[in-house]
Amino acid sequence: MSFWLIEAAYLVASALFVLSLHWMNDPKTARNGVLAGVVAMALAILGSFLNPGIVNWGWIAGAVAVGCLIGAPLSWVPLTAVPQRTAVSHAFGGLAAGLVGTAKFYLWQDAPVNLTAFRTFAIVAEVILGFLTFTGSLMAAGKLQELPWIPQRPVTYPLQNLTNLGLLGVAVACGIAIVFQPVGLAYLFPVIVALALAFGVLLIIPIGGADMPTVISLLNSYAGLSAVAMGFVLDNKLLVIAGALDGSSGLILSIIMCRAMNRSFSNVLFGAFGQVQHKAGAVETRTAKKETPEGAAQVLEMASQVVIVPGYGMAVAQAQQRVRELYDELTRRKIEVKFAIHPVAGRMPGHMNVLLAEADIPYDKLIEMDDINPELPQTDVVLVIGANDVVNPAARHDKTSPIFGMPIIDADKARMCLAIKRSMNPGFAGIENELYFAERTYMLFGDAKAVVGDLVKQLQTTS
Amino acid sequence: MLCVPLLAATMASEAPAHDASAASFTSLLFVFLLATFIGLGVVTRVSRLLHTPLMSLTNAISAIAVVGSIAIAGEDHPPLVTLLGAIALAASMTNIVSGFLITDRMLRMFKRPGADKRP
Repeated sequence: MSFWLIEAAYLVASALFVLSLHWMNDPKTARNGVLAGVVAMALAILGSFLNPGIVNWGWIAGAVAVGCLIGAPLSWVPLTAVPQRTAVSHAFGGLAAGLVGTAKFYLWQDAPVNLTAFRTFAIVAEVILGFLTFTGSLMAAGKLQELPWIPQRPVTYPLQNLTNLGLLGVAVACGIAIVFQPVGLAYLFPVIVALALAFGVLLIIPIGGADMPTVISLLNSYAGLSAVAMGFVLDNKLLVIAGALDGSSGLILSIIMCRAMNRSFSNVLFGAFGQVQHKAGAVETRTAKKETPEGAAQVLEMASQVVIVPGYGMAVAQAQQRVRELYDELTRRKIEVKFAIHPVAGRMPGHMNVLLAEADIPYDKLIEMDDINPELPQTDVVLVIGANDVVNPAARHDKTSPIFGMPIIDADKARMCLAIKRSMNPGFAGIENELYFAERTYMLFGDAKAVVGDLVKQLQTTS
Repeated sequence: MLCVPLLAATMASEAPAHDASAASFTSLLFVFLLATFIGLGVVTRVSRLLHTPLMSLTNAISAIAVVGSIAIAGEDHPPLVTLLGAIALAASMTNIVSGFLITDRMLRMFKRPGADKRP
């Protein structure tokens, strides 16, 4: 009886998980998606409790309590810290998969008939994926949190890719050996675990901050695949389905991120992007034109369409509320204000949208790069706040630039461009921005929050 | 669209549930394949506005590992195995709780156009 109840619960949960993602296609129905996910997860958990073999209720209650106690505060983090939280979450997912695989492997040592070649293969895949996701995600979270003892800049050394791939190769070789001799070669299992843990760290060390959106998406995919592998180990379809949904979601997001930076997966993982690019001798003494907040406010007031290009620098300066006030001031004057969102604006896919939504910017004003670019030549003023590489025209024509080929927001094609910047130092990726020296660009130097605040004040006094 | 996972699940359930035979393994492969295609289809339609909430939602969904963790932690096993299971269960519960809560928190911020005036 309980078998059928459990299967029915899992079946309904599978359907709800698919619906949950389906409802994310529109902000209007998205919260139903969360509800569907919660119901599905509750069904899955209750279904598991029906398993007659469950006896350690104390352990379960304790672990669930610990999970709730850690989980609730993790959901209250500021939105700028969501990428770190997501990475930590991938780490927990990987850890759970790795531990379950390890436990199953040693449990079945006493009943080797269970360790068929397929199952052992699945365990090895689960453990390698799980543990490399665990340490890799913790490293990514550390880099995003800017922990002082984790290097922000990519760390590279000779033969790095060879060493990393070699380590993974040894782990896979040990895994294949274990598939053939699951009991006789069981002593190789800790070696696989150790190599997977080490590989996760070494995989992330050479990756720079600019690539974090891709890396997070990729780790998302790995966490899903480790759940799939667990499904194969435990012969559980629900695990396979939910894991596959997560895995494919991570895959799509990583592809979108890669395309948005015109890079390939292998280039992200093995390319050590973000190293300081030294171009000796090419130091031109070009000067950028400066503008005052008073002048800029007048320019904005005369415009009929303004496009704001926000970058992560806006969030670092915590200028979102000021930007909202600026949006209010301009729309009150019947000026059309839109936001141009580059896919890699922020530190994870879609990050900028969430940051602006928090500041109460209506979501129909948040326009994707491909939709806003055709409008920019007719736009009176583009205001760049804390964005840098995503508006650098060098990506279009300068073949020597590391960002050559990256799709950008055509801020330089607008009738006028105002760029807020702290100083003329190059940005995150260490690349000089041609936009700042363009004929129609005027710079507003200072902290983004202070400058936008000044603009708002100017507009308020003239109204 | 929903009929596909249902079909897949029905196909898979023809294999004995406790058997680790090649037949059950291949039926799981079919489930995996179909679920991946459904995932790719559904996720490509997700609004680009919502990619951050999407990732935190899939975080919570992939914490379905909770099912395996409950089995390891709850069944009568040696204490060390139970401990591993309990850690895995705590990690999965963390993802479930924080994943769903933060997704909902972010989605509540997306105000419908027109209804954007603050009180």
